[in-house]
Amino acid sequence: MEKKKITEILKEKFPEKIKQTSAQFGDETIVIERDFLRDLCTFMMKEPYAYTMLLDLTCVDYMGEDLRFEMVYHLFSMANNERLRIKVRLSEKDLKIDSLTPLWKNANWLEREVYDMFGVHFEGHPYLVRLFMYDSFEGYPLRKDYPLRKRQPLIPMRRKV
Amino acid sequence: MSGGWFTTKLNYVIGWGRKFSLFHYPFITACCGMEYMSTACAHWDFDRFGCGLTTFSPRQADLIMVVGTISQKEAPVLKTIYDQMCEPKWVLAIGACTLSGGIYDNYAVVQGIDNIIPVDVYVPGCPPRPETILDAIVKLQEKIQNQEQEFRWKRRK
Repeated sequence: MEKKKITEILKEKFPEKIKQTSAQFGDETIVIERDFLRDLCTFMMKEPYAYTMLLDLTCVDYMGEDLRFEMVYHLFSMANNERLRIKVRLSEKDLKIDSLTPLWKNANWLEREVYDMFGVHFEGHPYLVRLFMYDSFEGYPLRKDYPLRKRQPLIPMRRKV
Repeated sequence: MSGGWFTTKLNYVIGWGRKFSLFHYPFITACCGMEYMSTACAHWDFDRFGCGLTTFSPRQADLIMVVGTISQKEAPVLKTIYDQMCEPKWVLAIGACTLSGGIYDNYAVVQGIDNIIPVDVYVPGCPPRPETILDAIVKLQEKIQNQEQEFRWKRRK
């Protein structure tokens, strides 16, 4: 008998929480609401699914859409050798989401990176400051509306940039 | 170059001495460093040109080799290191990213280190071959030989 896919299991278990699922060539993806993220991840970490590893955490900017930003979480289950992708859409006006640092330690720097590049606020993060850019840097460089040629040098340049 | 026989000969001798005793400080930040390493090691070996002593203290260096991408965050560090070097000093900029930012035309990268410090010889390439770096060293030596030498007890005009 073929094993049941994780997306179907989750759809049966939380029918009203999961907005959308898709699976193609082994990329099981679910789209959920923002408030459900921490609970879902806590649930996924436990047996029998045991998604104990957070592979990556990143953000996508869909400028012009209603819910502009999309957080993407890649989970991996070492016990079952399965992957799962969780997506959460966020609006620009209310750009915050629960931090996953209490669950996975590596989420700390990944969330700082997303905060640095996109300006998403992670609630419950222990130390949410910029990771790559310097503190005096203004704006969020990976947003689509950051000017392409805008430069913010730390020291005065010898000629005009 | 103006001056009498003694002045020009002294200038020549000092230039000769300086061009064959370049102590260099490698400021290596990126993949061009691999080319620097092979240039420094036995295959190409720029010690043949009197440029072999690597110092990791900028205060003892005559030549700073800037090899690799310089980000905006790193620019103050490079500037400080250059300021710490004693006169006379020369700068070799190696690789496309160092010269112009290269492919990184974005918010994070300095668009050419001549925005921060003066550069004597530019070495283009992504990355430049070791022969190119050797050629740059020879060109720098020509420049040092032919420039007007500064020294402490020199009479100023």
